[in-house]
Amino acid sequence: MGRAVTAAAGRFKTGDRVKVKFEDRPGHLRTPWYIRGKSGWIERVYGDFLNPELLAFGKDGLPKKTLYLVAFDYSEVFGKSQGPKDKVLVDIYDHWLDALA
Amino acid sequence: MARGHHDVGGLPGAGAIEVTEHPLSDWEILADAVNQALGARGIKRTDEMRRAREEMDSAAYRDMTYYERWIASIEAILIEKNILSKAEIDQKLAAFESKWGEP
Repeated sequence: MGRAVTAAAGRFKTGDRVKVKFEDRPGHLRTPWYIRGKSGWIERVYGDFLNPELLAFGKDGLPKKTLYLVAFDYSEVFGKSQGPKDKVLVDIYDHWLDALA
Repeated sequence: MARGHHDVGGLPGAGAIEVTEHPLSDWEILADAVNQALGARGIKRTDEMRRAREEMDSAAYRDMTYYERWIASIEAILIEKNILSKAEIDQKLAAFESKWGEP
């Protein structure tokens, strides 16, 4: 796949508030079930990568999608917090995210 | 909408993760070699293999060990791409079994 050097396809920057789409469809989806529908923020922008949802069907993976490290409060994801500073960090592609005001 | 059989992150009651080393059988090493060779030849990609595992029958998925899932997904992708047929694979398997006995 190679290392991404650009993030031209992405809509978000570090610190932006985002909500993960609660979607499901057949195929290879890299957004884990437990994080769908949850709200967090962009922790890091990794860059643009071939879309694994298309690669999974033998396609070329284009157009590329920006991949982010997205952070969530532990309590947002699992309901109860062992420590208020705990975060859950998940790699999520741009098309799985909606902007939050 | 439903959680896939592979997508168990965050489920309660999963227990502790088994982290001890476990030796690989010869066929498991061979499964890895076949997988890498098919990748190096550009015949399949990792994401296709993952889809094949995620699409398979849930009961069968849960019954299989890690490398059994690899073999099953390699078989599914090779059949999907018309590189091998199910009949060819079954025929070869029967030939091996008659030569070497039941696996």
